[in-house]
Amino acid sequence: MDLIWQGMGQAFWLVAHGDREIIGVALLTLGVSLSATILSLLVGIPAGAFLALNRFPGRQVIVSVVNTGMGLPPVVVGLFITILLWRNGPLGLMQILYTPTAIVIAQFVIAAPVVIGLTIAAIQQLNPRLRLQILALGASRWQMVALLLREARLPLLAAIMAGFGAVISEVGASMMVGGNILDETRVLTTATVLETSKGNFDVAIALSVLLLFLVFAVNLGLTLIQQRRRPL
Amino acid sequence: MFRNFIAAILLVLTLATPLLGCSSPAAPTATPSQKAPSSATSQPATPAANAKPANPQLILATTTSTQDSGLLDVLVPMFEKQTGYDVKTIAVGTGQALAMGERAEADVLLVHAPDSEKKFMQAGHGAERKLVMHNDFIIVGPPADPAKIKGVKTADEALKKIVAAKALFVSRGDNSGTEQLEKKLWKQTGLDPKGQDWYKQTGQGMGATLNVASDKNGYTISDRATYLATKKNHSLDILVEADKALLNIYHVITVNPQKSPKINVAGAKAFEEFMVAPDTQAVVGKFGADKFGQPLFFADAGKQDN
Repeated sequence: MDLIWQGMGQAFWLVAHGDREIIGVALLTLGVSLSATILSLLVGIPAGAFLALNRFPGRQVIVSVVNTGMGLPPVVVGLFITILLWRNGPLGLMQILYTPTAIVIAQFVIAAPVVIGLTIAAIQQLNPRLRLQILALGASRWQMVALLLREARLPLLAAIMAGFGAVISEVGASMMVGGNILDETRVLTTATVLETSKGNFDVAIALSVLLLFLVFAVNLGLTLIQQRRRPL
Repeated sequence: MFRNFIAAILLVLTLATPLLGCSSPAAPTATPSQKAPSSATSQPATPAANAKPANPQLILATTTSTQDSGLLDVLVPMFEKQTGYDVKTIAVGTGQALAMGERAEADVLLVHAPDSEKKFMQAGHGAERKLVMHNDFIIVGPPADPAKIKGVKTADEALKKIVAAKALFVSRGDNSGTEQLEKKLWKQTGLDPKGQDWYKQTGQGMGATLNVASDKNGYTISDRATYLATKKNHSLDILVEADKALLNIYHVITVNPQKSPKINVAGAKAFEEFMVAPDTQAVVGKFGADKFGQPLFFADAGKQDN
């Protein structure tokens, strides 16, 4: 137990003294995971809206695949993407294995199904008659989609938080596709694993506390927006 | 209200765009800027530091023990400073490191499983293999020593006693160099521990495995470097040591360039030469002495290898 207090103290000490290495790792973690989350929103919200508002053969299968993807194990994603990105592999020419870009791609693959799945649910929980009413009032199809997304903004913000939470906390994919290289691809989770296996539990706990704080700060910002001027 | 949603997206975007920008391009630029001043001050006589090699990207696949003990944190920056290469150190078990070499996904390997390494060389996967250093494996266990192996002369006898006592034995189970040695020792005893309920596999690195053994009052086999480096976290004693069968020998292997045009041949050669160079060997031979009272590795370059 004393280790945890020591670790928390050390976390504050490291940040307060502006430890270059730790701050670099923290900024990289935020940059990579926010980029992956944004990419997953750009793809996930339109895809989710499309799947929620259209009926076509095979739709149920696609939605099931998306829902399965919401529980995609990060190590599995990491393994497949590593093999694809190997320099002698199919996408080897891109030369991005062991770079932050590779981690963004892997985290995007992890976050996208979460965002798509929760977007589908967010739009489908709206009253179906709302759609008819919007159309009856003369809205174009695009205007209708925009209005429905606006109506579903609360669960959509939850989707953003879930997607971000999934990627910033994962370690398996970052470790495999990034390689945990200092100053290049070491993020907070992989650094925590490394310090743990080195036996530096105090540093590992300091890194964990920093990670929790970052996740909290981002979610606090999103929650404030979500709950602002919300009628009871 | 829709503005709120837009605001959320904008918030995320504004938070991320500066970071997005720095996440990939900043990494390579930040590295030299951090290293340049130190190389200029501490090693003024290395003009090579400024002359970047044609292909500076070098992938080193190595074992967790070299990273967990902290040795690579000293050697890799030293190599980068001397030669200008940008080393991507991928620390995995020896099994995976050799597999990466076989697939030409690494340029140079630093590994410690001589039998597998010989097979690797015979199959033509490697170009050159050089002896770098050694330390030794030790059999460690709880101070109470339920199987009474303390002071036993050979690993063989110690393992037989552990089996007879059905005392808990914790194995790495990750095909690392350490586990390969462990398997070899079991084979010599003629006993098969697999599936026995006193035999557990962690599937993790040495540091984690030592913690498990300590927590469960079990025996395990560890390299001395990791044992000493993590001593503060566990309560395991050295029970069996100094058996010839327990030598832990590290070699550097350059991957056969004929396997793929993408192999950084010059970089691999430079790293191999660096590892056996007298200056590096002096650092290896002293590493850990200040912290643990004894060095963690013995420098062996140029010695007869058998």
